[in-house]
Amino acid sequence: MSTLTVPADNSFQFSQLWRDGRYRSYTIQIIALVATLSVVMMLISNAVGNLEALGKDFNFGFLFQSAGYDIGQRLVEYSPVSPHWKAALVGLLNTLLVAFLACVSATVLGVFIGILRLSSNWVVSRLMAVYIEGVRNVPLLLQILAWYAVVIHVFPKPKQAEPALGGVLVATNRGFYIPAFTYEGAYPAVVAVLLSSIAGVFIFRSWAKKRQEATGQILPVGLYSLTLLVVPAGFVYFIAGMPIGLELPTLKGFNYVGGIKASASLVALWLALTIYSGAFIAEIVRAGIMAISKGQSEAASALGLRPNRILNLVILPQALRIIIPPMISNYLNITKNSSLAIAVGYMDLTGTLGGITLNQTGREMECMLLLMGTYLVISLSISGVMNAYNESVKLKGR
Amino acid sequence: MNENSFAFVATSDKPQLPAPQGMTGTVGWVRQNLFSSPLNTALTLLSIFAVYSVVPGLIDWAFIKSVWNANSLDECRQVSDGACWAVIRERYHQFLFGFYPPELYWRPVLAFVLLCAALVPALWDGMPKRGVALLFSLAFPFIAFWLIWGGLGLDPVSSSELGGLLLTLIIGVSGISFSLPIGIVLALSRSSDMPVVKSLAIIFIEFIRGVPLITLLFVAHVLLNYFLPKGVNFDIVMRVVIMVTLFASAYMAEVIRGGLAALPRGQYEAADALGLGYWQSMRLIILPQALKISIPGIVNTFIALFKDTTLVLIIGLMDPLGLVAPTLADQRWNGIYVELYAFIAFMFFIFCFAMSRYSMYLERKLHTGHH
Repeated sequence: MSTLTVPADNSFQFSQLWRDGRYRSYTIQIIALVATLSVVMMLISNAVGNLEALGKDFNFGFLFQSAGYDIGQRLVEYSPVSPHWKAALVGLLNTLLVAFLACVSATVLGVFIGILRLSSNWVVSRLMAVYIEGVRNVPLLLQILAWYAVVIHVFPKPKQAEPALGGVLVATNRGFYIPAFTYEGAYPAVVAVLLSSIAGVFIFRSWAKKRQEATGQILPVGLYSLTLLVVPAGFVYFIAGMPIGLELPTLKGFNYVGGIKASASLVALWLALTIYSGAFIAEIVRAGIMAISKGQSEAASALGLRPNRILNLVILPQALRIIIPPMISNYLNITKNSSLAIAVGYMDLTGTLGGITLNQTGREMECMLLLMGTYLVISLSISGVMNAYNESVKLKGR
Repeated sequence: MNENSFAFVATSDKPQLPAPQGMTGTVGWVRQNLFSSPLNTALTLLSIFAVYSVVPGLIDWAFIKSVWNANSLDECRQVSDGACWAVIRERYHQFLFGFYPPELYWRPVLAFVLLCAALVPALWDGMPKRGVALLFSLAFPFIAFWLIWGGLGLDPVSSSELGGLLLTLIIGVSGISFSLPIGIVLALSRSSDMPVVKSLAIIFIEFIRGVPLITLLFVAHVLLNYFLPKGVNFDIVMRVVIMVTLFASAYMAEVIRGGLAALPRGQYEAADALGLGYWQSMRLIILPQALKISIPGIVNTFIALFKDTTLVLIIGLMDPLGLVAPTLADQRWNGIYVELYAFIAFMFFIFCFAMSRYSMYLERKLHTGHH
């Protein structure tokens, strides 16, 4: 009788390193690591040598020098004498601003289009298909430039612009103006009441849900929530003598002043990102809803649920699980695509840190490192937050 | 009791009547699909109104009232207010070839014809003598490089003269053909058991996916020379191709990894049970199925890459979109942006739409009904 014997350790041969499964993976990994490290070392030593040859050093001191350029669209105080890091901060906030606006509006548009695309109405669903295919197959950069051209050529000069929607929106070729809130007097009281109302709505909703699960009785949650939100805050608002007002944009000289200004480039970028990403989100929503088998909605209607309840209680909770992961990567794409702002002169992070600051200081290495690092942090945090949310709604395996 | 005594009791089946006129045929279809409820009716009318208010005007503008013969925008506008396609007629060669020397146009054209020939064996698997033809496909990049840039007997053409659709196709086609194999290797590395290889792949993929393409192009534009040994200088088009390829391959890796993960565990175990080695099982069992599942994602990545080639205008290359600014800067064509953007959009639409239709065809063809 023969038995299998493990070869003794002392019979190790050199060829075992790549012929023996026990050692091969170590060999491959060591080779991969050494190769990668040597390439990285070579790149770094090249960079050090080249920088030295050009007489450049590697430090971030330039960030504290005065930037010397102005930024029209800004969310925080900034002037040309501010340092470069402040310019980069303004750019970062602008990136986040347009990304946030576009994510919200693209989601609304995309869900709307996606549901219409699924409609049994042939004309409507064809029309939506034309929109989706037309928008998805044309480069985003082209759409941004085209919308920018539309905004600056089609809308009138500030002097001739007519306020629309009862003075609330002024669309000019220099940008759009919307009213701003003004705060005075006892406004903290109103804000505090509003915040506690919002908290109250959440508590009420979870209570109503528990009650429904226990007793089966359904409260008009939407109506009650709205009342809770509006009535106390409105009461305090009038008691305190209307401390929060609206400042309408008004024409002064050649330009509008007051209110919040969204520059033409921001409007164009936001429109283009919304319309482009809306088409992608529509396809995600459509795929998510179509993935829920028809049996689910038929079973729900056999139980006697009304169509809107079928959508809310049966289809959407299941579809969301499928929709969320691609939605995350879509939001990431919107954020990264907002860097195309540089083509229309919107001062986002790429335009400030990777554009004017880089050109003025000649610090390519430092600027690019900071720029890529910042985008990396933004991307990783968005995907971290969204993945956590995804975990919480995921089907729990048993 | 006589069974005929009740006159109102039928003694035989009535002949079956066809369904009511209003419920079948076109009328029935229209009633059920377009006007089944008030909301549906409103949507239908709204859509028809939208189509009616846009399409006739568009056709009028683009075809009926369009002007093809003019030397400037003013001349166009004097004739009619339709589209002034004269600018395309005057400059189409620029939009196709950039500033490539006109007497050498035959070279990129020949390269394009050869590209089509090289694509046939790659896309059509029923082709006779496919093996030989595939060798030609493999040799094509070198032939195309020689034809476009010249050298070895042909007049050399510098990269700054490349532009238009030619540049888009150079970047797009090389990005597409290199990113797929690199993406496969990265995906296999990321799903391998070896921790070092796996983490290297994760770092690369997550880094590339975490930054916008435009920053990578900036790196190619201003930074890459720092990282190369002194004296070594890549051509700017080459640098862009490298960056676009790296960018696309990270996305490709994630798509393929999705396909690898979607394969049932049993497939891996069956391959092991057959005694196949790693490469054999990957080549014969895992990858053919995983790639098949990932086709829609792969083609979407291709389409995204093709559209992203327009970004090179930001670092000053003259792709079709980059040629808009010089055209508008011409006194005669100042303000003609709608026609230019429409033309370029149409050009990209054709390529991207064709790719997406081909992927749908592949999906249908490869769907063997197991899932």
